[in-house]
Amino acid sequence: MLINLILLFALVLAALWTVTTPRLIRAIVGLAITSAILSVIMYQLSSPLAAVFELSVCSGLISVIFVVTISFTRRVSKEELLVRRKQKIIKYWYLPVILIAAGLLLNHYLLANLNSSVLPAQEGDVRNLIWNSRHLDLFGQAVILLVGALGVVVLFKEPKK
Amino acid sequence: MSAPSMYLFVFFGIFSALLLITGIYCMLVSFNLIRIIIGFEILVKAATLLIISAGYACGKSALAQVMVITLIVIEIVVMVVAGGVALWAFRHNDNIDPRELGNLKG
Repeated sequence: MLINLILLFALVLAALWTVTTPRLIRAIVGLAITSAILSVIMYQLSSPLAAVFELSVCSGLISVIFVVTISFTRRVSKEELLVRRKQKIIKYWYLPVILIAAGLLLNHYLLANLNSSVLPAQEGDVRNLIWNSRHLDLFGQAVILLVGALGVVVLFKEPKK
Repeated sequence: MSAPSMYLFVFFGIFSALLLITGIYCMLVSFNLIRIIIGFEILVKAATLLIISAGYACGKSALAQVMVITLIVIEIVVMVVAGGVALWAFRHNDNIDPRELGNLKG
């Protein structure tokens, strides 16, 4: 349970750093770290297949797509970055306070009357479930991927001069 | 759901709520489309954590994994299309400020 607690704190801290850092590229690295920590938590919660998906797709592919998108946009100057940093401090100093207050309140109201032992998870066969019970999901995923591919073709193509 | 499982679910649920607050705050405060997408990503991470912890607490990890895989596929497509929209906004307005999206046709 202690390792889960440490991982969950690391997850929230990584998300906080992602949101508060002024440089976009650092925010993307923070998002990748958040995904990596989440995948470790998923592995801890006996969901290894979803953890592998999370690590490869969310931590890897999405970071690459973000970097590609940013590389098409304009680089900010040092003066602009300094102004942004000041604006960020003004905008985001409430967030850690809100998070600590929300964490304490939720902890006080939700966890106070509950038992502290943990049940082991039951194992299930993901392959059987995904191919037999949830096969419509696969059809939906295929359609969504096709739509996404078409979206990439339309949105990322160079405009005609 | 028994009391120990409920404890586990609530424990992970609290951290999921904190991630949710972080994502919503980022989406509300930022005036940069890519940062708004990053806020959305953090919201999706909160939902993923909640689904996985619910599956673990109920002893239905397999079903939770299947749902999370579907969620990840949808997440990446939404993310890519949103990135493309941000890129189009940049080409039209020379910045990615969502307040200037009103300049687009339609």
